[in-house]
Amino acid sequence: MIDSKTKLCELRDKWQAALEHEKARILVCAGTGCVANGSLQVYQALKQEVEASGEYVSVDLIIEEEESGISVVKSGCHGFCEMGPLVRLEPSGVLYTKVKVEDAKEIVDALVNGAEPVERLLYHHPTTGQVFKEEHNIPFYKHQNRNSLGHCGVIDPEDLREYIAGNGYQALAKVLTEMKPEEVCQEIIASGLRGRGGGGFPTGQKWEFTRIAQGDQKYVICNGDEGDPGAFMDRSVMEGDPHKLIEGMAIAGYAVGADEGYIYVRAEYPLAVKRLKIAIKAARENGLLGKDILGTGFSFDLKIKEGAGAFVCGEETALMESIEGKRGMPKPKPPFPAQSGLWGKPTVINNVETLANITQIINQGAAWFKALGTEKSAGTKTFAITGQVANTGLIEVPLGITLREILYEIGGGLRGGKKFKAVQIGGPSGGCLTEEHLDMPLDYDSLKSVGAMVGSGGLVFMDESTCMVEVARYFMTFTQNESCGKCVPCREGTKRMLEILERAVNGEGRPEDVEILEELALAVKDGSLCGLGKTAPNPVLSMLKYFRDEYIAHVVDKKCLAGVCQALKGYAIDPEKCKGCSKCSKVCPVGAISGEIKKPFVIDTDKCIKCGACISACPFKAIKEG
Amino acid sequence: MPEPKVREHAPDQTATTRRFEKVNEIIERHGKLQSALIPILQEVQEEYRYLPEEILTYIAMAMDLAPATVFGVATFYAQFSLEPKGKYVIKICDGTACHVRGSNPVNEAIRKRVGLSSEHKKTTEDMRFTVETVSCLGACGLAPVVMINDQVYGQITPEAINLIIDRILEEEGEAK
Repeated sequence: MIDSKTKLCELRDKWQAALEHEKARILVCAGTGCVANGSLQVYQALKQEVEASGEYVSVDLIIEEEESGISVVKSGCHGFCEMGPLVRLEPSGVLYTKVKVEDAKEIVDALVNGAEPVERLLYHHPTTGQVFKEEHNIPFYKHQNRNSLGHCGVIDPEDLREYIAGNGYQALAKVLTEMKPEEVCQEIIASGLRGRGGGGFPTGQKWEFTRIAQGDQKYVICNGDEGDPGAFMDRSVMEGDPHKLIEGMAIAGYAVGADEGYIYVRAEYPLAVKRLKIAIKAARENGLLGKDILGTGFSFDLKIKEGAGAFVCGEETALMESIEGKRGMPKPKPPFPAQSGLWGKPTVINNVETLANITQIINQGAAWFKALGTEKSAGTKTFAITGQVANTGLIEVPLGITLREILYEIGGGLRGGKKFKAVQIGGPSGGCLTEEHLDMPLDYDSLKSVGAMVGSGGLVFMDESTCMVEVARYFMTFTQNESCGKCVPCREGTKRMLEILERAVNGEGRPEDVEILEELALAVKDGSLCGLGKTAPNPVLSMLKYFRDEYIAHVVDKKCLAGVCQALKGYAIDPEKCKGCSKCSKVCPVGAISGEIKKPFVIDTDKCIKCGACISACPFKAIKEG
Repeated sequence: MPEPKVREHAPDQTATTRRFEKVNEIIERHGKLQSALIPILQEVQEEYRYLPEEILTYIAMAMDLAPATVFGVATFYAQFSLEPKGKYVIKICDGTACHVRGSNPVNEAIRKRVGLSSEHKKTTEDMRFTVETVSCLGACGLAPVVMINDQVYGQITPEAINLIIDRILEEEGEAK
């Protein structure tokens, strides 16, 4: 039981000193991505090898008995998912990539014998071939500034002692013993922290509104319903550093006067739920949650609520309905949650990443945080970089960085050296940005001015082989599916918009559709209650703004410039190359190809289903798509 | 477990009690406040692999809620299924990252491999496979991603998924 700040500091010093005895530590990434690539088996193999070398010592022994040796630990996500499974060595900072079970012996031998790291497993720059030994020198990491993700990949998320040794729960101790609730709110306001979930509302103000609201009971909610396809930073924090989130929520509870909190996690994240449960249990057992925390008289406890698969529950009022056991439908605002939230009580609701920034702000001061980023968008922000970019993964950079830096310096450019076409930012609520925006600073306000938004921070890069009309259709399918049905413009409007886009990609587009599409988009935007409806037309509007030519080509010329839309593809036999062997007509499943032997064959385009079987069958490459 | 003999004499009542025994236990554990409804439905679905209609009505009665409320919640959330699901639930991620890296061909390959021809069918006749798309599994760095029951597979191609399904069928004793 940790019942005072003094005790917390004693334990921190003791465990810190103990961990310094560790000769070396092998950290195996156990985030969802690396686990899918087999990192748990790699962990087992490494552990066996270290045991065989006689150097193995468990973290328990290191911390409790201060023994020395090599430990093997499962960590949270390192972020460099593309190169997983990742293995990191401490204290040397060596990062091994794409590690397989067979590599375990070699890794351990080199470590035990103090030899040079295994070169073939180090990161090799894809174009220059340069080899990078330490993680912090790899371009992917070099340009980052990992704060809210600081512990992810460095500590064992299931071990409270490691979190405490790394200064954990010190921020909570500080606010409970040295600050008044209003001072905490002021500190967060001064830091300039804005909501990391999409809206970008100043966090400190939200807290202050909830603090001054009248109510016998108040709540803190953490929004972990990370639904934006293409974003996974919240998952990484919940899986990789759950105690930071718990600490942030307890501080929020103290600041607004709440003694109860909920973490709403989406159903698709079973590992996050598991790690949070372990962390909450450990915090409770050690008196860091529950009654009379650190002997200060402050009480706060947490419950986990698992979502059940509804994107709209990422909207705060819908999320609260869902916690209450109802259909997750948004409610009009005002009243804002700060006045009337969960069960009608004043509630502060923040996104995971927002709450993961709190401890640093308290520990290092508002001024430190404000100095990062830009004037109106302070601090660092995580971005999930995915799609056709060479280095996919999760990064954290100061706001105000340019897309060019993210794409070329961290992301390593596009896969296969293809040409950049667009990047979708902010998921289905955001918009696409093009070549002309590559040098624009990424912050809340500049993005808004060009019709996009930071959103949760998903960046899906697309190269020239992507059809933007098809991407717009994809997003419309998504929002149409997820529309809760409460507001007619969103429910019906998204459906009609989707129909128009489907016609376009199926080759049945009508030229007059473009005006209807724009009109509908504006109606849906104006006539919807919540963020989902208000932003649902964004991807379509930005497609029409930046790639209008492509849309016109689909509906007028019936051509897909990227060659993606099946229905707009046509096959033809080049009579010059055709030798009349009849192989194509034999494989055609619908009998669309006919002709006389040794004379050029022809395809009946009405019958053709564009399956492509003839192309693979033709020995003379005489069949062309287009 | 051998059936107790008493069943022969009073088949209906005992069968009904036994059918709802587990549900009662789950409700008992969570309490009867409406805020417990979603966790209760989640656990019931885990138990039965879907939400049978008569159980939904039973839950409504037991929790003193309108059946419409319970049905409303059960049909609102994508996680709940009112139809039985197969032994292996294959979820193809169709998040943006997976979509642009080719989740569609993977979906087609899976449906073809397990023999789901009609677009509207989700579960195979033999109740072995349920195939569905989900919006995002949050493993975008490994796109395209497929999840079979609780196991996540990354960087999947149509060829790779066929091998995985072959392995499942083999384990099921159906080697080709």
